[in-house]
Amino acid sequence: MNNDLKSIAKDIRCDVLQCIGHLGVGHIGGCLSVVELLTVLYFEVMHIDPKNPKMAGRDRFVCSKGHAGPAVYATLANRGYFDKKELLTLNQGGTNLPSHCDMNRTVGIDMTTGSLGQGFSCAIGAALGAKLEGDGARIYTLIGDGESQEGQIWEAAMFAAAKKLDNLIAFTDYNKLQIDGTVEEVNGIAPLADKWRAFGWNVLEVPDGNDIEQVRSAVWRARNDLTRDGKPAMVILHTKKGCGVKWIEDLGAGNHNTNLTAEQAEVAIRELRGEA
Amino acid sequence: MEMRAIYAECLDRLMEQDKHVVLLDADLAKASGTIKLREKYYGTQIFDCGVAEQNMASIAAGLSSYGFKPWIESFTPFATRRICDQIAISIAYAKQNVKIVGTDPGISAELNGGTHMSMEDIGVLRSIPGIVIFEPVDGVQLRAAMPVLNAYDGCVYIRLFRKQLPDVFGEGYAFDLFKADQLRDGRDLSIFVSGMLTKDVLDAAEALEAEGISCDVWNIHTIKPVDRESVIASARKTGAVLTVENHNVIGGLRSAVLETLAEDRIPVKGVGITDRFGEVGKLPYLKEATGLTKENIIKTAKEAILLK
Repeated sequence: MNNDLKSIAKDIRCDVLQCIGHLGVGHIGGCLSVVELLTVLYFEVMHIDPKNPKMAGRDRFVCSKGHAGPAVYATLANRGYFDKKELLTLNQGGTNLPSHCDMNRTVGIDMTTGSLGQGFSCAIGAALGAKLEGDGARIYTLIGDGESQEGQIWEAAMFAAAKKLDNLIAFTDYNKLQIDGTVEEVNGIAPLADKWRAFGWNVLEVPDGNDIEQVRSAVWRARNDLTRDGKPAMVILHTKKGCGVKWIEDLGAGNHNTNLTAEQAEVAIRELRGEA
Repeated sequence: MEMRAIYAECLDRLMEQDKHVVLLDADLAKASGTIKLREKYYGTQIFDCGVAEQNMASIAAGLSSYGFKPWIESFTPFATRRICDQIAISIAYAKQNVKIVGTDPGISAELNGGTHMSMEDIGVLRSIPGIVIFEPVDGVQLRAAMPVLNAYDGCVYIRLFRKQLPDVFGEGYAFDLFKADQLRDGRDLSIFVSGMLTKDVLDAAEALEAEGISCDVWNIHTIKPVDRESVIASARKTGAVLTVENHNVIGGLRSAVLETLAEDRIPVKGVGITDRFGEVGKLPYLKEATGLTKENIIKTAKEAILLK
């Protein structure tokens, strides 16, 4: 299974590069940093059915850092929610795959996100809903490290712990970069784990959030052991923005939203596939 | 009976009938009149978010995405301008079914003063697509409206004066969310009014009648979408219009009526808050200070007729 997940992650990473390269520009860095998480969630952990995307009692995923939409779409397409060909319509006029996640346009998207901080609260609202329904669903949500500067994140963090939502598993894509520079330069959020603990969450840190095995064991642990006794779980993934393509990684903060030609994407995909 | 008591009583019935009707508060349940419902529903259908309105709005959107019918409540400025982006994106753009109740609109915030007075809430929300804006005029209308609002699948903003209001309507009142109510038939001037000033307008119309000026008075309970048909028909009949509102003259009822009549070249005068902030005071003082009085309505009505 591990090798399978690894190769699925590679497919998703290649599809992200291909669709952003086809368009010529996009939020590459923060898409490539979360591929392993999305792979583990959608291909192993979440209780979902691509043939019945609105299935009652399903687990949900809210990508609060909505600009990682292309990575979610590539994951959904690989999981069979829609045809992979549709990925090439990314961000074109009239597309069902806009830059930021839109539940009313894309099959399999559980919540509209893009205005940072809000998706996290929406996910918590869904977790409260799942508790009230008693349907056993778990809510997974992903926030960015830059997004963690939003005050609403901490309003929501307080609420989730106060309301004892132990069906909620959150992730931080801690790649340490945001548009204007490093997170610590711009408006530091460290010590991040301490902050979440202080807000009443169980916290787990993953040293390499782009290592499929580390992510896999952390997600299962968060799901099985860290969401109980009324506490939600925060899994902090130490990731690399732009992970998988050396020159994109090297752009640093510049890779948040950057140009990528179809040729550059093709070269990167060949390298990833070991065909270069 | 206070408006908030009627609101709470109606919510109680709706929550009793449907477990998916839920209420979120941001530490103002006493002011909103819903604190008494907590005995019955706290932790199952009622949740206090604490002083965190942004989170409350998006939590409601999340609950709606899960099939619930959330109501959120706060003072008007905190239920609108403070959480404008959450309303725009988590609720309206995401097409979520959330009812937003703002209490103490405009000068009715009285002793809480300028910080707690929303003169712009209708203007702000009116420019966001997909939000119905409703301002009840009395307890009869609010009672009739509550089940209709709850059943409406989409975002509605309810601008709720929370204390007692004199009844404008009687038994047998038939409520239509999208139809304005004619309160008085007249020939010389159309007056469109929303909310707490309706009684003042009716008194003014009575006084004008004694002077031989006949007013066609309409209560516009739904400011968006405004009942264009009624507004246009009345304005064409009388040839002059006055709008009266407890809101900035920019962005609210006056703007909605002006936009509706833009092609008709009919003069429109407005009584409302003249692009200024609020201040502390009791309602009689604030009405004087902002010109929301029967006398000013009469004076401006005459000015509107002179423009014909």
